[in-house]
Amino acid sequence: MESTVPGQSMTNIIQLEHIHKVYHTGEVDVHAVRDVSLNIGKGEFVAIMGSSGSGKSTMMNIVGCLDRPTEGRYLLDGVDVSHLHRDELATIRNQKIGFVFQGFNLLSRTSAIENIELPMLYNRQAITARQQRDRATQALQMVGLGERGDHHPNQLSGGQQQRVAIARALANQPALILADEPTGNLDTQTSIEIMGVFQKLNESGITIVMVTHELDIASYTRRNIIMRDGRVVSDQPVANRSFAEAELVKLRAAQKAVQLAP
Amino acid sequence: MKIFATLRIALRALRRNKLRTFLTMLGMVIGVGAVIAMVSVGNGAKAQVEAQIASLGQNVVLIFSGSTSRGGVRTGWGSAGTLTIEDAEAIRKEIPQVAAASPEVRGFNQVASGNDNWYTSVLGESEDYLDIRSWPLQEGAMFTDQDVRGATKVAVVGSTTARQLYGDSSPVGQIIRIKNAPFRIVGELSSKGLSVMGSDQDDVVIVPYTSSMKRLGGGTMLRSISAQAASEKELANVQQEVVDLLRQRHRIQPGRDDDFTVRTQQEIAEAATATSKVMTVLLAAIASVSLLVGGIGIMNIMLVSVTERTREIGIRMAVGAHGRDILMQFLIEAVTLSVIGGVIGIALGVGTSKALAAYMNWPTLTSPSSIVIAFIFSAAVGIFFGFYPARKASHLDPIDALRYE
Repeated sequence: MESTVPGQSMTNIIQLEHIHKVYHTGEVDVHAVRDVSLNIGKGEFVAIMGSSGSGKSTMMNIVGCLDRPTEGRYLLDGVDVSHLHRDELATIRNQKIGFVFQGFNLLSRTSAIENIELPMLYNRQAITARQQRDRATQALQMVGLGERGDHHPNQLSGGQQQRVAIARALANQPALILADEPTGNLDTQTSIEIMGVFQKLNESGITIVMVTHELDIASYTRRNIIMRDGRVVSDQPVANRSFAEAELVKLRAAQKAVQLAP
Repeated sequence: MKIFATLRIALRALRRNKLRTFLTMLGMVIGVGAVIAMVSVGNGAKAQVEAQIASLGQNVVLIFSGSTSRGGVRTGWGSAGTLTIEDAEAIRKEIPQVAAASPEVRGFNQVASGNDNWYTSVLGESEDYLDIRSWPLQEGAMFTDQDVRGATKVAVVGSTTARQLYGDSSPVGQIIRIKNAPFRIVGELSSKGLSVMGSDQDDVVIVPYTSSMKRLGGGTMLRSISAQAASEKELANVQQEVVDLLRQRHRIQPGRDDDFTVRTQQEIAEAATATSKVMTVLLAAIASVSLLVGGIGIMNIMLVSVTERTREIGIRMAVGAHGRDILMQFLIEAVTLSVIGGVIGIALGVGTSKALAAYMNWPTLTSPSSIVIAFIFSAAVGIFFGFYPARKASHLDPIDALRYE
């Protein structure tokens, strides 16, 4: 099923070659992605931006192996995944990709720790219950929620839920974390905190690709790709990068000035 | 994915909606309970009929005299008097597989003792009759072949007749007057209960057939002959041999009808149990309808559950669940519903049939096989009715499922 393509640079996690995606809806064909080629290397932190209808969500689905391109070739971690069967794609998602969604998408009435264990449940390699618990606890500590493992999602704030979701994305030690508007449902301060978590993870070597339409959020990443009408129109490194720690200090000072915070 | 983890997910999902789970199970509980209870009632009735058949005796072959037709009016079996004592003797002596035979003369007569009198059927039989019918005596002894040869005025009485004439005191040694002829009672029969036809088999007086013919004026015509085959295997053989022998003795030309009828105990049993078998099947069929309705209930609730949990399915698929994993999850949920419902239903069904037996005196019989079948069937219902919703869940597109509100 998987075949390593020889002669490919192993430093590229994502290699997209002339990707097209066409949706056949009724009479009209919607050309959501048109001839996109790009490489994302190991350890990068990329934001894909664009207005709605720009094709960024479709790109995200293809990169996340939730969808297959109509045309073109997609190598994920050196493996051609363009034409895999849906169950094979599921295995790839399980092993290589961690998802973070805008709406958190945690299982309700299920504790944080069990939510984090979910990807390990579908891991084809045998993991003992003990190992599962250990790895989930570790992931929870990495996102700074060590004490909240027993809490259910409805007992956690939005920021905390998103941290649990990030911990879940880390559970199977993926090659890539894909975040789809991860701060879309969060207030400014919490958004910065979450970006802080991502920056910390990125510094430890994890590749992160994030879709967002907020410029200030994109400035926390290292590279911004802008899409319009299904094409990449701009691909540039971030010039004035924001750092969550510094931004938080600034925000607190501003809040203090208007007596929002003690 | 691990089967125990899947089972845990299924149980948790069921616990989350306790009332819904309970109501869905109720359908299975009632369905399985009804099937078990109804089959028990049917089997009980069948067992009762079988017990009555067994009271006929062991490996019995009954030979009835033919009927007469006089001016278009036909009389019943045994009225034509085509069977003779010699026929009975011949059957006993010439057919090796026949262990015993007893000619039967029957009359309804007034019997009296002291100031009490009773109207009962008086059977004239040979000394082998009780052995053929496997009918033990409660007290005293059967009359002997000497009594038969000498046409002695001796009698054994059935328990009903004994109670009517002698109350609780022992009838043995007493004198009973049959058609005013005094007979000495030598034995009292144990109770045999109702016959297949529903008549009281204990309401009887048995005398030697010779005595019946000579002392009670019954004539020499036999109503029937009871014969006993040596073993169950020989029944059909004996039947054929009796037919051949009697046709020869009665000089019946080939192609002409027999002037007698031969029935084996097996044939009588088959005819009698046929009704109760039909009843059992009918009851089970009606109860199965409720099982079917229970199954549809499971399917309904599973479809609702799949729709409700579309997003959960999407999340599971996004993190790497295969279609098969989702299929198993929902299938196990459905089977858990149906099996737990089935087990409770089995308990309810067994309880109901016990209650019917205890309070309404219905003969019920719960066989272990019906419990096992009910259990397997309830699991099958879960698989059958859970499959479609589970398959629907497993075929969801993860992108659509994640977007589902």
